Parts: sequence; C-alpha cells; structure tokens
Amino acid sequence: MSLLRIAYRSILQRSVASLLTMLSMALGVSLVVAVLSIHGVVAQSFRNNASLGYNMLVGAKGGQEQLTLNTVFYLSKPVENIPYTYYLEFLKQPQRDALQQHSLAVRCRELSEATLALAAAGSGLSGLVSQQAASALGLHVAPDTRAKSFFPPVELGRNGKYGLMTELAIPVCLGDYFGRFRVVGTTPDLFNELVYDVERQRKFEFAQGRNFHWHDPEHGYFEAVVGSTVAREMNLRLGDQIAPRHGDPEGHTHARTFTIVGILRPSGTPNDRAVFINMEGFYLMEDHAKPLESEPAPQEGISEQQQRDALIAAARQRAALQRDPDPEPLPVEQREVTAILLKVPPMFAPGLENAINEGIEAQAVLPVAVIYGLFEFIVNPIQYTLLVLTALICSVSGISILVSIYNSMSERRGEIAIMRALGASRATVMTIILLEATLLALGGGVIGWLAGHTGCWLLSPWIEEQTGVQIGFYSGEPALRVLAWLGLSGSLAEQVVLPLESVLIPALVLLAIGVGIWPAISAYRTDVARSLGK
Amino acid sequence: MLKLVNVKKSYPEPDGGRLPILDIPQFEVQVGEQMVLVGRSGCGKTTLLHTIAGITRPDEGQIFLDGLDLTTLSEAGMDRVRAEKIGYVFQTFNLLPGFTALENVLLGMTFARGRKDPQRAWQLLERVGLAHRASHKPTALSVGEQQRVAVARALANRPRLLLADEPTANIDPRNQQKIIDLIRQTCQEEGVALILVTHSVEVAGQFTRVDRLEEINRVTAVWAAVETPAATAS
Repeated sequence: MSLLRIAYRSILQRSVASLLTMLSMALGVSLVVAVLSIHGVVAQSFRNNASLGYNMLVGAKGGQEQLTLNTVFYLSKPVENIPYTYYLEFLKQPQRDALQQHSLAVRCRELSEATLALAAAGSGLSGLVSQQAASALGLHVAPDTRAKSFFPPVELGRNGKYGLMTELAIPVCLGDYFGRFRVVGTTPDLFNELVYDVERQRKFEFAQGRNFHWHDPEHGYFEAVVGSTVAREMNLRLGDQIAPRHGDPEGHTHARTFTIVGILRPSGTPNDRAVFINMEGFYLMEDHAKPLESEPAPQEGISEQQQRDALIAAARQRAALQRDPDPEPLPVEQREVTAILLKVPPMFAPGLENAINEGIEAQAVLPVAVIYGLFEFIVNPIQYTLLVLTALICSVSGISILVSIYNSMSERRGEIAIMRALGASRATVMTIILLEATLLALGGGVIGWLAGHTGCWLLSPWIEEQTGVQIGFYSGEPALRVLAWLGLSGSLAEQVVLPLESVLIPALVLLAIGVGIWPAISAYRTDVARSLGK
Repeated sequence: MLKLVNVKKSYPEPDGGRLPILDIPQFEVQVGEQMVLVGRSGCGKTTLLHTIAGITRPDEGQIFLDGLDLTTLSEAGMDRVRAEKIGYVFQTFNLLPGFTALENVLLGMTFARGRKDPQRAWQLLERVGLAHRASHKPTALSVGEQQRVAVARALANRPRLLLADEPTANIDPRNQQKIIDLIRQTCQEEGVALILVTHSVEVAGQFTRVDRLEEINRVTAVWAAVETPAATAS
C-alpha cells in the first residue's frame, strides 16, 4: 500500500472534517477563479475599448485624458468645441464641397450672383431679391453688407488641408443626455464605415433595426440608434421617440424628438452605453446652433416695445423651427464639433499629430496610448488589489487546512504511533501528513476550480450583457508571461504565456506543504511509546 | 537470536532524578523459541518489549538481534529493523480504524523494503480464517477477529521475532485459546521466535519457558528478568 493511499484513507476516515476543509479550500479557490475572471473581464473590456478602429482623436486644446475620456468612454464633460470648418479640413474635396453647400457664405454668394444677374438685366428687382434672401436666412440686416461682414469666404474645389492624410474622419458632438446616458451626434459613418475590431474585421452590428440615415424620407434628420445597455435599461424599442436633455442629465428636455431606428448588439465597448443621433438632427435642436460671430447690434431708434416684439417673433420663429418635421440643415457657420475620430495611415500619424498640435485650433491625441496609460493607472492597481485579496483568500483556506489537520493530530497520535511501531520512520509519517494536506488542498482546489468556472459559465450571459465580454467556461485570462516573470527577457520570454490559473495547482501544493509542515512536525515528534498504549 | 546484555532503562522524574524501570543482566531467546514473560502489572513488561523493538532506547546495555547490536543503530536503522524483523501484537490490537482488514495487513508491509506482497496478505488472512472478511473495517469485526487480523499484520513481513503484549487480555475466554493457538502455530510454521507477555496462568502453562520479571528492590523499583519454572505465572 502506497503512502498516498494511506493519506487518502486517512482523509476518508475523517470524511466530514475533511469534506468541510476541502469545501473551505474550494470556496477559496472558487473566489480566486472569480477574481481572476473578473480581472480577465476588466482587461478584455479595456482591450475592447482600446480597439477603437481609429487611431487619432482631434478635439479642443486641453488635457489628453479629458478628450479621451469624454470621446472614447463618454465620461466627464467636454471642455470646448472646435469649428465645423476644422472638421472639413480632414475631408477630401467631394465630401468637403458637398457639406459646404449648407454654408451661409455659399448660399449668399449664390444669392448675390443672382442679384447681380438681375441687376445686370436691369430688372430693378435686385434689392427685393436681397431682402427676401436675408429674410430666408433669418437675418435682420441689409443684405448687401451681410455677405461680406458675416460669413468668411469658403473655399470650394479643394481637398481639406489634412484630407489626403486621412482615411476616415467621423465627427462627434457631445453635450446632451438621455437618462444617464450620453447622446452622441455623429454621422452614419460611425456604423457604416468604422471597423472597430480590426483583428476580426468587426463593425458595430445591429441587434434590431438599422443605422440612421443622413436624411430619411419618413423621419428627416431625426433618427437615433441606441446601445444595448441603453435599450435594456430604458426599455426602448424600435419606433420609440426619445427627447435628449440639454447639457446635463438634469437639464431641460429638448422639444425635438428622435425616432429609434436601430438597437446595437452588445460590443463590450462604451457604445453599449450611448445614444447616437444624426448629427444634422443634433444641430437642429434648440440651443445647439453656435451664435454667429458678427451678429448685428440692436438697432438704434426703435422702441422697447419693438425690441420686445422682435424677441417674441424670434422666439416664435425658433419654436416653429422645432416643430418643423423636416427643416433645412443648420448652416456650416453655426456648427461646431466636440471631437473628430480619425483613421490615419500609420506613416502619416506622427506628422499629422504634430501639425495639428502646432496649430492653435485643436489638439491631436493618440487614444490607444492614453487608454493604456489609464489602464496602467487604473486597472493595474485593481489587479494588484485583487491579487492581494486572492493571496489572502488562499491563506485563509490554507489556515483552514492547518487547523483541520492540526486538530486531528491529538486523535491521530495513536495511529501515528502504530505506524511507527510497524516500522514507519519519522520521515514517513511526516510525508503521510504532508500528502494528506496536499490531497485536501488539491481536492478542494479542483472542486473550487470547477465551481468557479461553472459559476462564470452560468453568469456568462449576464456578464456578456453587462460588459460585452464573452468568457464561457474557461477564458484563460489573465495570462502570465512565465519566463519574463522569472526574470528572463527576449522574444521567447514574451511568447511563453500561461494562464495565471495554471500556477494555481503548484501554488496550492506549496500552500499545502506550507500549512502541513506544522502538523507534520508534530507527527514527526510523536512519542511512540507514550502514544501507543498497550 | 535475541540477546540482551546489561540492559537498563529508567524514566525521568519531576525532581530531575531518574526512576529505574529495567535492569536486565542477561536475556536470550533462540531462533524459533516460544516463551512467556510474566510479572505484576506495571512491572515493566511492556517497557521491555518496547526496548527490544527499539520503540524505547535503553539507557545502557546491548541488544543483539541475529548478531546485530540494535543499540548502535540510528533511529531510521532501528525503524527498518522493526519493520522487517520484528512483529508486534498489541493488547488493544491497534488496528487502524480507517483501513480494511486486508489494508491493515498490507500496512505492515508498507514500511518494509521490498515486502509489498498482497498475495501473502491474503494468505495470512486465510490462515487466520478471515479471508472472507478482508474488506471489512475493524469496527465491523469482533474483538477476536480484530486480534487475528493484528496477528496476520505482525507476521506480514516474515519477522524473526514476534512480540505479543497480552494479546488475549481483551478477549473472551472461549476465543483466548484460539488466539494463542493461532499465534503459536503461525510462529512455528514461519520459524518465528515468540515472546508473549501474559497474566494468564493457563496461557503461561502451555509454554515450556516462562520468564518472570521480578521486583528485587521495591524502593528503587529495579526489575530483573529471571528464569522461572513453568506454570508459576501470577
């Protein structure tokens, strides 16, 4: 009969105490598995967030982290916006020209050209046309001065300044909320063009419905797509109308509503927790138009009553605009964007980043670098905390083994003495006790491992729903670079990666030996003659 | 085969002194010899057996087993001798409760080098009439059966010497004789020398050699083994 079998038999003999000890260890190990799985989920979630599909962010001058937090994670608040015309500099000529058709300058130039043509024809109607044009533009100034003083000249027929260096530029406008979730005004490109998971060539997918259109015959500019978490928490369905709140979750509710046309599939990215609306619709909500820089001063010589009437008329006009189901897009001059998501070929990225940062209008940020910096700053301390907790849990479990075996030693002295009388050496009985501790630890470890992973497996649908991370029964996360951990360097050290859990078994054995050594020494010291009895 | 020369054993006392227990000037047992050791309770019979088995070390003197001076051996060496050359049958059987009858016999082989022989364990259980109860644990066996298993275990490694410490003290009279017969018969068949401690006159009367451990100085409590005629056990 082997010593292992003797140890096994000894465990069976104290089956209840052994089972309780193993359950204690199992609980510890299942907690370890849970902790490691949580860390894996957090790390994967962070990686998902770092897998953006774009490699540069452009926003107002300020902190890099601030820009990244509010643009990538929809956290914190944007400090400032940048001009829409700056966004246009990242587009190529056809798209740039098309978007500038909504510019007041272009429309004024067209009107001026029409006026000149009429004047040249001697119709005498030029003044009338100009008045009508100004009225159409909602301006209360003489048309012949407006085009020169209000609107900077637009340059059509050219690529944006950085257009040729940019593969994809997606503008985002932030500031509004729906419930606790951020409302993001953007273009359909976010879902049509952006490949957020480059490794697996995955775009954002729709669980229901479709992407919003630039302009939809039924809903105009007022379509919305919601993330999976938003849909679940706010109980939203396709066709529902939502009205964002301005500037803050407690801000006033916009009169303009958007129709939900799509619900995103969970992606494990912050987009699960955001509402996306058509940027054109975003601009058309009240208080979203930037005041023109050269608004005319109040005219002299008019009475207070007239001024009040003018204000009321303007308010009515704005209210009517909010009721208009399909208004004209906001002029380019009155637009701003919070940030621009840029996909830039790697060879252009450093140069473009420098060029933008040297200018005064905006800053460029490489978000992955910032995210990894945040990861180091936020997640690594959590990891260390979890590992310390894990170690404590294991220690408590180990102590339970120690207590169990040590408590059994008094009743076992007789057995040990019998074995010694039969010829077992001190080392042999010590080995038997250590084997017993090891079997208890391994037994508890296996039960705990299975329980922990079964728990993860059972919770995986919920975890996926909450975080978008699929963990299944065994995720193998987090990983440990064994050779690097042992102090080696080089490519081999980077390549040899084992799941952190794989060190659990040797750790348990070491723990068992560590806690078994005390009772084993007690067994070693057993006074055979005194313990043997008759 | 077994020879004790001037073996002395004492135990420490609370006042720092020593309490002499054994003083054996000369004691010998021949190969295959069967003898009985008698004496009053507490006179040191068990201590003598423990000393012979190496469970307790003598303060002085020499113990030879097959010419080997056991007192010169290390503890591990003594453990090995005990495992391979000395069998021990206890008054309280001392079977391990978590192990079956067969496993208890195999346990005796576990600590001896190269003696793991399940076949022999089965044969011994057959010889003591318990092959059909090989898978039973001690709690499922009667006291007589338990002692038979203990005898089988003691003989598992083909020892040269069997020490039996009052093996029938806890057994009913009807089974006592069966156990004594079993021990004597198996020892005879295996050529094993037997030292049997007993208080039973009937048991002692069956042996041709009966040694008495006798108190020779009550104050100092020194005991010596002296040869006595048969049927004088107390």
